[in-house]
Amino acid sequence: MALILNEEQKMLKDSANEFLAANAPVEQFRTLRDNNYEAFDTDLWPAIVEMGWTALTIPEEYNGLDFGYVGLGQVLEEMGRNLTKAPLLSSIVLGGTALVHSTNAGLKSKWIPAIMNGTSRIAFAQDEKNYFDPSVIETTAVATANGYQINGTKKMVIDGAGADAYVVVAKTEEGESALFLVEADNKDIAIKTDILLDAGTYATLTFDNVNIANDQRISEPGKGDELLNLVDNAGAICLSAEMMGMIKAAFEQTIAYLQERTQFGKRIGSYQALQHRAAKIFCEIELCKSVVITALQGLDNQAENLDELACLSKSKLGKTLKVVSNEAMQMHGGIGVTDDVNIGFYFKRARVAQRLFGDYNYHLDRYARLNQY
Amino acid sequence: METTTKTDLEDFRLETRRWLEENCPASMRKPIKDSNDYFWGGRNATFTSEDQKIWFEKMLEKKWIVPYWDTQYGGGGLSKEKNNILTQEMTRLGCRKPIFSFGISMLGPALHKFANEEQKMRFLPEITMGKTWWCQGYSEPNAGSDLAGLQTKAEDKGDHYLVTGSKVWTSYADKADWIFCLVRTDFEAPKHNGISFLLIDMASEGVSTRPIKLISGKSPFCETFFDNVKVPKENLIGTLNEGWSIAKYLLTHERQMIGGVGETDQRRELHDIAKDHLPMKDGKISDAILRSELTMQDMNDKIFEMTIQRIMDEAKTGVNAGALSSFFKYYGTEQNVSRMELMTAITGSDGLIWEGDDKDAMNQARLFCRSKGNTIEGGTSEVQLGIISKRILNLPS
Repeated sequence: MALILNEEQKMLKDSANEFLAANAPVEQFRTLRDNNYEAFDTDLWPAIVEMGWTALTIPEEYNGLDFGYVGLGQVLEEMGRNLTKAPLLSSIVLGGTALVHSTNAGLKSKWIPAIMNGTSRIAFAQDEKNYFDPSVIETTAVATANGYQINGTKKMVIDGAGADAYVVVAKTEEGESALFLVEADNKDIAIKTDILLDAGTYATLTFDNVNIANDQRISEPGKGDELLNLVDNAGAICLSAEMMGMIKAAFEQTIAYLQERTQFGKRIGSYQALQHRAAKIFCEIELCKSVVITALQGLDNQAENLDELACLSKSKLGKTLKVVSNEAMQMHGGIGVTDDVNIGFYFKRARVAQRLFGDYNYHLDRYARLNQY
Repeated sequence: METTTKTDLEDFRLETRRWLEENCPASMRKPIKDSNDYFWGGRNATFTSEDQKIWFEKMLEKKWIVPYWDTQYGGGGLSKEKNNILTQEMTRLGCRKPIFSFGISMLGPALHKFANEEQKMRFLPEITMGKTWWCQGYSEPNAGSDLAGLQTKAEDKGDHYLVTGSKVWTSYADKADWIFCLVRTDFEAPKHNGISFLLIDMASEGVSTRPIKLISGKSPFCETFFDNVKVPKENLIGTLNEGWSIAKYLLTHERQMIGGVGETDQRRELHDIAKDHLPMKDGKISDAILRSELTMQDMNDKIFEMTIQRIMDEAKTGVNAGALSSFFKYYGTEQNVSRMELMTAITGSDGLIWEGDDKDAMNQARLFCRSKGNTIEGGTSEVQLGIISKRILNLPS
């Protein structure tokens, strides 16, 4: 398959670029933050639903567009460029992927239209430790007379506050990680929210003898680990697409600064010490573009090597975003470390994005494990 | 221009496959080990095996030495699509190129773009018949990265130019028949505006060569000396004093060649090689730091391959990829150098053997030494980064 966008995908990218520049630029991110860390602009989400972005990866049988992850990735890239705050990653990529690949028809027909229409949103509750590691799930789901009882604590739940339901990963008595849908209004769930470095809201959820019915199980018995792996791959790859947008924006702003800032009577972009560093970043960005589109296509084609593609994209983008955000700060000089300019937002968001779905060391190790060494 | 339908192309693929299977000798389908496995052509052409001769002659008869050049120049006149199919089928069967020729990969494209019709008719058919072994005369002892500072001079003597000076890093100058050369024809003009592109017969009186020995041992590189060499005026390509634009055009092809673009990667992944050499514990390479270094190398190699594919796919849709040749040269060679460094770490004391009975082990140390030239030849990494800064990122001078 050619590693380029087709005409429809290009048009989608262009329209996302225009829409977000007009409706959700970085200045809006600043306003939300200054407004006591408001999670979202309430008008934006209905407008995004209107644009059809929540329907891109939803199959036609649920009136979705079945347009694919390459398309959704283009939207996420543009959101990353603008640091747009919207629950597209949490509700559609994570919640949506889990539901679309579920065999539970009742859950699907209730929740897929609701998240696609924006009337409800879902958050994904997986992490338990300080680091991403899906092999360590201590939350338990014990079978009861007519359902399951869930106990445990979940950290780093993206957009967890205000979600209508959670997709919860818990170990069953059979020892597999299974996915359950738990409605948020359950009185036995305690929620604590943290504002992190990126001014985003993340929840810690404590499940204390939370009882749910049998029909709330998303993954079939014996298929939980596989579904969890797919959702994690989708998360890693789609977040990589968002990071691509951040990398491009931070780099473009830095190049513009190198072209205009004058010191010692010369524009600083004329100094070779800075030129070569900028050129090296350019090369790394060329690599990032290729791995992101390959991985997004892999999601659409259900590629056999999807695990490997997720490792390649998340580690490469993680490493590059770290370099780009650091260099962006350094090359901006003093102004870069002030809150007056936006470049620091990318630096802060970079560190949170690095942590989510595994940092580059995690994926390096995972890649080696996949290849048996 | 012939029009081709999908069925035409499918037929062509099947015919080509059948023809290659019938005509390409089995030994010509084995991977190339070193430069001795190539046929180089030229006036004193020598085949290293009967199969090599058969393969070259079959391809010559088919006009597939340069399948995509026009038939009037001895090419096969194949459309882009058909040429792609031929390449794919040759790759599929592992067929070697029938000849290795700088005439095809470097000079040919420049002649197509800049030579007059008479010159094309004179030089291109000789290339497609494998009769001329071309070498490149660019760098000079005092003009390396600053190539445009070259000083080899060509004086106008009425009916000929008189060439004096020396070139360095001329690959196979001691074996080549002709050299395409950058010479200074105007010493008054700014340095880029006084350069011309001249073709010189290596058999001319006053031309001599001396091989250069590299840290890896012997090498194809030579120094080439011109002592009052008479060169007919009709050997000037393009306009007098405008040779720099030809040089730049040609360098783009060279960079892509060195960066490995368009070559099918048959190298084993590092981790695969590492498993043969390094101690393992619990299914992991015990040296955790080396494990992570070679994983990073493998991952970047893989993503670089994707990038070559992506940029070629973009080029097919009309995006100009020319400016990216510096990226390919820089990244491809840096990757190769770090790969060879890691190979040395992985192979341990075996990888350090310089002379001895084990020919394969011996090769590793020499390949490692040779790789140090990759980030220098064809424009250093620093030169490439400079080009990216100025031409792509538009950073000020």
